[in-house]
This record gives sequence, C-alpha cells and structure tokens, in this order.
Amino acid sequence: MNQTAYDYDIVKSFVNWSIVWGLVTVLVGVIVSLQMVEPALNFPPYLTFGRLRPIHTNAGIYGWGVGVIFATFLYIVQRLCKTPLWSPKLARFQLWFFNATIIASAITLLLGYTSSKEYHEMEWPIDVMVVILWVAFGLNIIMTIIKRKEEHMYISLWYMMAAIVGVAILYLVNAAAIPVSLFKSYSAYAGTNDANVEWWFGHNAVAMVLTAPPLAMFYYFLPKSTGVPIYSHRMSIIAFWSLIFMYLWTGAHHLLWTPVPDWIQTLAMAFSLMLIAPSWGSVFNGYLSMNGQWHQMRENYLVKFLIIGITFYGLQTLQGPMQAIRTFSAFIHYTDWIPAHIHMGTMGWVSMISFASIYYLVPRIYGKNLYSIPLANLQFWLILTGQLMWSISLWIAGVLQAGMWNAMNPDGSLTYTFMETMVEMYPYWWIRVGGGLIYFAGVVVFIYNLVMTVRQGEPAVTTESAPVAGRA
Amino acid sequence: MWEKNPILLLILATGAILVGTLVTMVLPFAWVNTEADRIQSVTPYTALQQEGRDIYIREGCNNCHTQTVRPLVAEVIRYGDYSKSGEFVYDRPFLWGSKRTGPDLARIGGKYPDEWHYKHMASPRSMVPRTNMPAYGWLSKNSLDPQMIERKMNVLGFPYTSEEIKALEGKNEMDAMVAYLQKLGTGIPWRQATTTTIVGDLKNPYTRIGHAAMKPWEEIYTANCAACHGGHMEGDIGPELDVADMDDSDLFEIIYNGVPDDGMPPFSSLGADKVWKLVNFLKDFYTAEEQK
Repeated sequence: MNQTAYDYDIVKSFVNWSIVWGLVTVLVGVIVSLQMVEPALNFPPYLTFGRLRPIHTNAGIYGWGVGVIFATFLYIVQRLCKTPLWSPKLARFQLWFFNATIIASAITLLLGYTSSKEYHEMEWPIDVMVVILWVAFGLNIIMTIIKRKEEHMYISLWYMMAAIVGVAILYLVNAAAIPVSLFKSYSAYAGTNDANVEWWFGHNAVAMVLTAPPLAMFYYFLPKSTGVPIYSHRMSIIAFWSLIFMYLWTGAHHLLWTPVPDWIQTLAMAFSLMLIAPSWGSVFNGYLSMNGQWHQMRENYLVKFLIIGITFYGLQTLQGPMQAIRTFSAFIHYTDWIPAHIHMGTMGWVSMISFASIYYLVPRIYGKNLYSIPLANLQFWLILTGQLMWSISLWIAGVLQAGMWNAMNPDGSLTYTFMETMVEMYPYWWIRVGGGLIYFAGVVVFIYNLVMTVRQGEPAVTTESAPVAGRA
Repeated sequence: MWEKNPILLLILATGAILVGTLVTMVLPFAWVNTEADRIQSVTPYTALQQEGRDIYIREGCNNCHTQTVRPLVAEVIRYGDYSKSGEFVYDRPFLWGSKRTGPDLARIGGKYPDEWHYKHMASPRSMVPRTNMPAYGWLSKNSLDPQMIERKMNVLGFPYTSEEIKALEGKNEMDAMVAYLQKLGTGIPWRQATTTTIVGDLKNPYTRIGHAAMKPWEEIYTANCAACHGGHMEGDIGPELDVADMDDSDLFEIIYNGVPDDGMPPFSSLGADKVWKLVNFLKDFYTAEEQK
C-alpha cells in the first residue's frame, strides 16, 4: 500500500513543536487575561500586559498556527503528490529556523523591541528571518508539487499555493521600514498610509494564514476521516477563486470612521459582505459532504472536531461582515466584542481544525492507535466550553460597554465617564479568565493523550488510507 | 487546465490577490499624505517628544489605547474633535490601535497639567481608583541616550538643534513620555474652537437643597475632582477649593468650561445637571460637615 518512502520524521517534529508553541500561547493568554483584572500582576519592565500581549498573539499565529501549517502541509503535499518531499534537508533546516525565529521573536518582544504593528510586531531582523523561513517552506512545497506523480492537483494544494504567495506579498510590503539600529526601525509609510497598509496586511494575514491553510486541511482531512469525498468540486473551485480575489479588498473595514478615505472604507464594507458567499461555499461543501454520514458526528471524534470547526468558520464569516458594516462598526468597534470575535476564529475554527488534523496525523505517522478516544472527547468538550465562555461573555461585555459609551443625557451630555464604563467590564473579564483556564485544561488533555499514544498506543493494523483508526 | 499546472495556478492566484491590493492599498498613496490633506499647523515631533513616542511603542501602550477619534457624536463629546488625516503625517508607525481598554489618547495633549501625568503614570490607582492600568513609575529611573535620539531624528528627517539634544542629558524616560502625551492632538487648535459659550442667565436649580440630600453627590466629586483637588478639597495638583464666597454661575462656568491655561479640563461632558450638583456640593458640603 505504502510504496512511496514518505518523509514523516519532519512531520513528527513540526507536530511536536507546534504543540509546544500552542501551549505557550494559551498560557500567556491566561496570564494577560489575569493582568487585565489585576494590574498588580504586571511585573515591569518585561512582564507587563503591553509586552506580553504581542507574545500571546504572535506565538498563536506564527508558533501554533504556522507550526501546524508546516506539519500538515508537509504531510499533505507528499500524500497528494504521491511523492516524497523535494528536499528533506531543506525541511530539516526549516524546522530549526522556525524555532529559532519563534524564540528570537519572543525574546525581542519581551525586551521591548517592537514595531507596534499588530500581528507583525517583530523588528526588522526577525522579519528577515521570517522571509528566509517562508522561502524555504514555499520552495519545498512548490517543487514537490512540480515533481508530483498525480497529475491532478487536489483542492488543498490550491489553497496551499495561494497561501504561500499571499503571505509572501503581505509580509514583505508591511515589513518595509528604515532601520535606525539593530532593534529599532521606522515604518516606510506614515500615518494614514501606514494604517491602510497595516490593515491590508492584518486582515489578509487572517485570510492567508488563518483561513486558506485551515481550509486546505479541512478539504483534506474531512474526506479522509469520513471516507466519503467532498460534495461538489465545482463549488470548491468557485469558493476558492472568489475567496482569494475578494479578501484583499476588505482590510479597511478595520479602519471604518478613521481618516482613511471614505471610498476605501466603502469598498471594504461591500467586499466584506460579498465574502460571505465564498466562505459559506466551503461551509456548505463541508456540510453537504456529510449527507448520509451524519451518524459519524456521534461515532467519529475527528468528524466532530472538523464539523464544529467549520461551523465556527461559518459563524465567524457571518459575524465578521456584520461588524464591517459602518453603522454596526460605529457601535461595536474598540470594545471587548472584537477580541471575542477573533477568539471564536482562533480557538473555535482554526484550533479545532488543527487539533483534528493532529489527531489524524499522529496515529498514522507513528503507526499506533490513539491512546484514548474518551480523552479526545473530553478535550473536545473542554475547548468548546472554554471558547464559548470566552466569546459569549465578552460579546455581552462589548454590547454593554458600547451602549454605555454612547449613552447620552437629554441635554446632549454623556451619561457615563470612561471609568464608569470600564469598571463594568471586570466581572466579564473574570469569566474570560475562567474560559481561558478551561481551554488550557483541554490543551493539557490533548498533549497527554498524544504523549500516551506515542508511548503506549497499540500498534495500528490499519492502512494509511483507511479511516478506521479514527472510529470509536 | 490550471488544476494540472502549478505554475499557471501560482500566476493566476497572484493576479487575483494583486487586483484588490492595487486598488485599495497602492492607489490611496496618490491622495493620502499629499498636499490634498496637508494641515499647516501640524509640526514634527521634537527630540524629546519623539523619544517619548518610541517609549510608548516599546511599552505597547497601543495595545490598550487608541489614537483616533471617530466623527461620532458621543465620541467627539468624550474625547474632542475628530481626527484628520493630515494630523498623522509625521507618525511612523501610526498608533491608532484597535482596542479601547483604556480611553482614546488622540486628544490627550493639553487636557491635564504635566503633574497629573507624572502622578498618574507612577500610580494610576491613586488618581483613578479602580483602573486596571499598570504603574509605570519605573520609567523615571531610566535616563535617555541623546546620541541615539539624534540618530533617530536624522533618520526621520525631523528638524532639531544641538541645544535640544544637549537638553536631553539629565532627562528621563518619564519626561519624554509626558512630553509626547502633551503633544498629542495639539496640531490643530481644536480646544479653543470647542469652548462652549453659555447664553442666557445661569440659574442654580438646587438652591434650596438640604445638606443631607447632597451626600450622594460626593461620588461625582470623588470620581471627577478628587484626583487633583484632594479627597476633601484640600488641594493637590489643583488648588484648595475654597469656593464658599464664589458666585454660583461663575463656579458653574469654571467647571463646565475648565481653565485650560491653568490645566483644568472642561467638564461639560458631564452635563449641566451634574455640574450644578458639583457647584452646590462644593459650596456647602465640607463646610457644613466641619460646622457639625
């Protein structure tokens, strides 16, 4: 069955390291959530909210998110192309350089070396490292695709290639800066231009790191887990091309009502609404692929993670466009509603798909059955509960705060001072801490289950292509 | 066709990505930060202010504070005139932020006296009792590096004098931070333009209120006045409030419009009713307490 000598060692290493950074990001997340309710938990100069929050976000996006992308893509590309990696040595270099980059990012951010640009805070030497890393990764994937033994390229490969090109363009343009010293630079753009470039980057980092790659995983691992193909190939094609075309117009919905020219804001708002179509195209392609297979939601824990994951994607891509409407943005922007939205995407959609992908990979690359399916189910409920507590509490908090910010007396004066609105947030911020802790417990269960699988899992008798190991 | 040709797919995908990029990201450079949105009165940062800005960036203040006021009613009343593109032409990087855990700072310059900022940065809870802002008193212990700052000014192309650089000796990071905060939003003379002109006679609606009925109003004083005038009007950053002989309507105007030249911010956003309550509270409350 498995005649091609696939390189799984590199996949194992990336799985391990992505989980390490995943644990770090959740842990730092819990710490900063505590700092928000108790300022005495800030320990200057290094351990303050202002310096730790970028470590939380960047460890999440680049350590956990990109780590899982590397792990899954290096696996998927070999399987879909029916050929080993173009260069295993380059992949090995990529692994070491990936960890070096993440560690260097964490240290420099702790030391206060930051460009301040959201989701791109690292200073210019780290930018150079990221570019080298991405070229090493992109080259290996594209060359492997070029020398493939399967003529037709499956959907997942399209999303992979778009992500490789997209991230490269976004990162290079937004990184442009004039260095003053090794750890200080000034943006190549000023003021309103800088804001517009940054959110063109920021929103499309969501597209090219946190949307296209998880979709590549979803389109691969869902059929692999259920044993039935994706419902509609034509729908996949339409959704893919319209998604990568429309996303790039929408960055300015982060800048509604700011000095950015109105026409850019209007375009961003319009395209954000249009984006519902390709997003839901993938959601429905996933749902319809489950025709006659819905019983697997009960029997197959992988399917549960994947389908709830794509459901959160559907909710995320409906809530996002709603927030991109000027009138609603005027009300809700800058409140705690926004982090609640982001965390539904990261903790719900991206991480659910990532957990499922790793649960699929580990038994197969180690040739062992999963240690405990009940533990996987426990993790599912922990992360689902944690994430819902996190997001729902802050949606309520956001609406409350927005209402208080806008409340006016009959004589046209403000009903509440800023502090009167802020102190109302404390109870919700405490609930958020609780949600974060439950989620953290879920990640610990996940890691324990995987460690025990590798150490004590029964040797698997299943073949690579069969989904049996995923069944309860 | 493209499903079997990776190079073609890469080219098509790049094309799809570049259309929106060119229209919404590249094209705006033709209008933004040109003569079209230039504001003459906006000046570059001084060496001290720019260093303060870099410390603001280093400490990640932008994670909790935004710097852009939107043209929305409640927002303009709360923070001041809405932000204009031309006010940010010297900002590298921009610091508009995305979350208001703390208030917006786009118009903070000139709102409070320097002393308020020093005290608030060192111990936020001493000024704003239930705030979650971390203390930054340790900035006072760090001296500045004039050579490095000069290099930064050269890279940015901002004008400076050698005296200005020399004056940085002996200043600390807190001085720089306060200088930066005081510069924010002062590029246009919006404060002068928004002073309210009170028309008609001012009439105190609470002339006959008893002492006991004023007790709940102490909260208004504690939340808005105590940080500068002390818990019992004894004075601190601001003067002692010995206002018993002052005319009601004069006191109302001072609170309502502030005394910008002396560092007293206007409190018109509280509304006339709360300001009148303060007037009566200030004139009577603690005096009556002492007489008891």
